[in-house]
Amino acid sequence: MTGFTVAVLVHNRFGVLNRVTSMFRRRRFNIKCLTVSETESAAYSRITVSSDGSGAEKRQLIDQLYKLPDVVSIKELHEEDSVSCELLLIKVANEQETRRDVQDAAQAYGAKTVDYTRESIVMQMTGATRQIDAFIDLMRDYTILEICRTGIVSLERGETTIRKSEIY
Amino acid sequence: MRLSGADILVRTLIEQGCDVVFGYPGGQIINVYDSLHKYRNELKHVLTAHEQGAAHAADGYARATGKVGVVIATSGPGATNLVTGIATAYLDSVPLVAITGNVPTGQLGTDSFQEIDITGITLPITKHNYVIGSVEELADTVREAFRLAVSGRPGPVLVDIPKDIQIASCEYVPQTPIQREERFPAKEKRILQAAECINASRRPFLYFGGGLINSDAEAELLALAEKLDAPIGCSLMGISGVDSDHPRFLGMQGMHGHYASSMAMHHADCILSLGVRFNDRVTGNRAKFATNAKIIHIDVDGAELAKNIEPAHALRGDVKLTLQQLLPLLNQKDDPEWRQTVARLREEEQQTLDHRDGMTPRNAMLALNRYLGENTPVATDVGQHQMWAAQNLRFHRPRRFISSGGLGTMGFGMGAAIGAQMATGERTVLVTGDGSFGMCLNELATAVSQRLPLVILLLNNGVLGMVRQWQTLFFDKHYSNTILDRKTDFVLLARAFGAEGRRAETPEQLDEALREAFASDGPFLVECMIDKDEFVLPMLPPGGSMDDIIVQIERTVK
Repeated sequence: MTGFTVAVLVHNRFGVLNRVTSMFRRRRFNIKCLTVSETESAAYSRITVSSDGSGAEKRQLIDQLYKLPDVVSIKELHEEDSVSCELLLIKVANEQETRRDVQDAAQAYGAKTVDYTRESIVMQMTGATRQIDAFIDLMRDYTILEICRTGIVSLERGETTIRKSEIY
Repeated sequence: MRLSGADILVRTLIEQGCDVVFGYPGGQIINVYDSLHKYRNELKHVLTAHEQGAAHAADGYARATGKVGVVIATSGPGATNLVTGIATAYLDSVPLVAITGNVPTGQLGTDSFQEIDITGITLPITKHNYVIGSVEELADTVREAFRLAVSGRPGPVLVDIPKDIQIASCEYVPQTPIQREERFPAKEKRILQAAECINASRRPFLYFGGGLINSDAEAELLALAEKLDAPIGCSLMGISGVDSDHPRFLGMQGMHGHYASSMAMHHADCILSLGVRFNDRVTGNRAKFATNAKIIHIDVDGAELAKNIEPAHALRGDVKLTLQQLLPLLNQKDDPEWRQTVARLREEEQQTLDHRDGMTPRNAMLALNRYLGENTPVATDVGQHQMWAAQNLRFHRPRRFISSGGLGTMGFGMGAAIGAQMATGERTVLVTGDGSFGMCLNELATAVSQRLPLVILLLNNGVLGMVRQWQTLFFDKHYSNTILDRKTDFVLLARAFGAEGRRAETPEQLDEALREAFASDGPFLVECMIDKDEFVLPMLPPGGSMDDIIVQIERTVK
């Protein structure tokens, strides 16, 4: 399976997300999801990018990222030595004949009900992308009203940090 | 001392070693122009006819010297008029700092009069850009812009300065000029692997581009050629990087490259590529490009190393420093067979050259060669004339061929020639065509105002020759919108601007006109009449390979 996730530490400056995504757009990188937030230091933001791209595309993406003056460091995150998760909010129709099945599935996947009305149920779930994909797939048997997911956030296991990773 | 933002900008430019800037005033940059007036004895400002011309002039200045070129424009249309110039510099890795004024900070984002988001617009065509947030950060940001522009792979940087920041004041402490970031060679392991590959090769070929000139690595390249007993070719951007008369130099490679250079590269088993990026105009069909060869790619920009072709060995580092480490690892080669192959290709090339008498483009270039000095900068526009110049003009010093390679900007030449002249103090030549010249001929006014010794050789064929050539070859001679048939009298036009002009319809008249032009003090336009059906040859059809090369087409001459 191809695909990769990289974490990018950038200066927390006005317009930095625009610079990064503008580069992705003009060079036609195929981005599956992208998250961004401030880090332990207000001087830096951390961007996590996932893509379905090939190894060559990954190399080019990292090389092009390094050319942006706002980029401080980059780390590729491998599944085996990092922890990753994303958050899902899913709203399904609350129908008499399917309510029980929806709730059983939610329980099996550890999804929590965070809103419950006569017409709808909103569930929240955190987990690996694959689990979330599977849960959504299961919910397709019922009436999904809307979905919102955050995209992947990821940290390396152990004491190493992106700040310590080498700029080449 | 406490200075206004406008004063700080100009003092910082002077502090960074800037001696001439090009630009055009306007409402949101008027404070900077007041400071330019104040410090006019230390920094010369050249007023152009159009901001695009100013950007190309700053670009020409930078290409001719390697120093940062500076262009100043006002907000809104002033800033957008720079865009083609900035993009031209970006595609050819030219160190440029563009300064734009903008509406006061409080009005930003409200679509004020002449407000435009120029940092947004130039995001993909600059290495980086800045909107100044406070007068305190102005000087350091300008210094940072200079450092970025010349470091690593050079390129343009834009600094947008809202008007209130030009007016506000703060303490200014002069600093010494910034140094470009330290250069570094490729990793030792990679160099060792590359050396092994080169030592195992039988038919090495050296191929360089603009990166070699930026790295100032001509001497190392020539030492390498001697050691490997190898021929040398270059991309369009590499021209003038090596003396055109060097016995190992085969000339430009690519779509309209020299036959021997392209063929030698095609037959090579090892291509040592220095500061190039394997543009599609160089490789043609990438699947069929140099299939016999192992490619060793050295470039300061790591992102170029596997972008267009997959090299056998990718070395990220400064070309000069890397070659210095590579050279001692290489065995002396002496291969009569490869030398003979190259000699044979050269002979074949001689037979394919255009040897007709009369007013052919090649004869016009050969005539111009007789007047070029060791150090004469030659700027070009874009099109057939550019290729004829690239193929036939002789250069003896780096940075003397000034041409828009990556973006292919028609209209580049006039501004670029002005910038190159002012940077070098040398009489400068512009080779142009009637199409390109029509785009930015307004800068004749600038050349006249500045009394610049500029020889403009305009090849007039009455058509947009390069597009016409494609229409002839690939579009059944449907000459859609390429026949200009304008009634412009270029000699009178030159005179109307206050320049001199002569028309030449025969080689004798051309020689006479050039003699006069090269003796003139100011700008002198020589209109050289050529046939509309001249071709640039050889030609590798777009997407083709060396098997598809067109060497000769039946030609006509009046």
